[in-house]
Amino acid sequence: MRRLLFLLPVALFVAVAVYFLLALNPNRDPTLVPSAMIDKPAPAFQLAGLDGGQGLALNALKGQVAVVNFFASWCEPCRDEHSLLMGLEKRIGVPVYGIAYKDKQPDTEHFLKQLGDPYHAIGVDESGRTAIDFGVYGVPETYVIDKEGRIRKRFVGPLNERQVTQELLPLVQQLQHS
Amino acid sequence: MKVLFALLAFLLLAPAARAVEPSERLSDPTLEARARALSEELRCLVCQNETIDESSAPLAHDLRVLLRERIAAGDTDAQALKFLTDRYGDFVLLKPPVEPATYLLWFGPIIVLLLAGSGALVYLRHRKAGAPVAPLSAAEEKRIERLLEEES
Repeated sequence: MRRLLFLLPVALFVAVAVYFLLALNPNRDPTLVPSAMIDKPAPAFQLAGLDGGQGLALNALKGQVAVVNFFASWCEPCRDEHSLLMGLEKRIGVPVYGIAYKDKQPDTEHFLKQLGDPYHAIGVDESGRTAIDFGVYGVPETYVIDKEGRIRKRFVGPLNERQVTQELLPLVQQLQHS
Repeated sequence: MKVLFALLAFLLLAPAARAVEPSERLSDPTLEARARALSEELRCLVCQNETIDESSAPLAHDLRVLLRERIAAGDTDAQALKFLTDRYGDFVLLKPPVEPATYLLWFGPIIVLLLAGSGALVYLRHRKAGAPVAPLSAAEEKRIERLLEEES
């Protein structure tokens, strides 16, 4: 029993070391905020479209799995993920919607003309209020919404190939068949 | 030199900079005071170690305005906070709520203190109960005497 007591500091050290090792994992981003909206109904919104566009409302999304991407022309990481978004709708087989966050309409239009328009439809969220309802704290952010209109997943920051193949694609397939 | 001191004094005495802009403030001072108090408890999600009261990030501005709208619309403090935690989670609260997930955070220091305290207690008690120190032998007494003489 006494001898076991001497092992206590060693055990404590190991516990702390393991914790630090996990915390130092280079793939872990300590500034990442977990979404409070997971498995909750997506907030209702009714957004105007770009000039000539039809706009975007939550009701239009219901009944199908959908991906919603918050972006802005002033957002550098959005440019990074743009090429990946371009082919995304075809790859995952569900509509990808865009919400332009706090952006001037001519700038958004110029951005999409320059790089291509990957979106099924676009809503303009100039005040950023719809984004706040989603719990967005920076662009880009990408949400997966299920058939019942619940938010199932959020990606913070630019999407990458690994996230698409390992997380987004399996999730969309699973949601479509449920 | 004098100018430098004056500048330093000015900088030290200047009130801490706040990001709340005059245009954001509510005209009713009691409501504004409540909004201020609340916004000092809310974390800016962009620059995460600042309150939304201090931060100049656009999102912090939006949240300050939103908070004031809720308060002006008649929300209680708890309702206004819930509006934000519903969207951003407990992460926006600089003071995390006491709940099972945060027990370790809140009570951890007390547990560590209790552990260390009981450890110290056991150790001290052990020492007191230990064998009394043996008296010096004759040879040792002599050596001390010699050393003391040498000293004087």
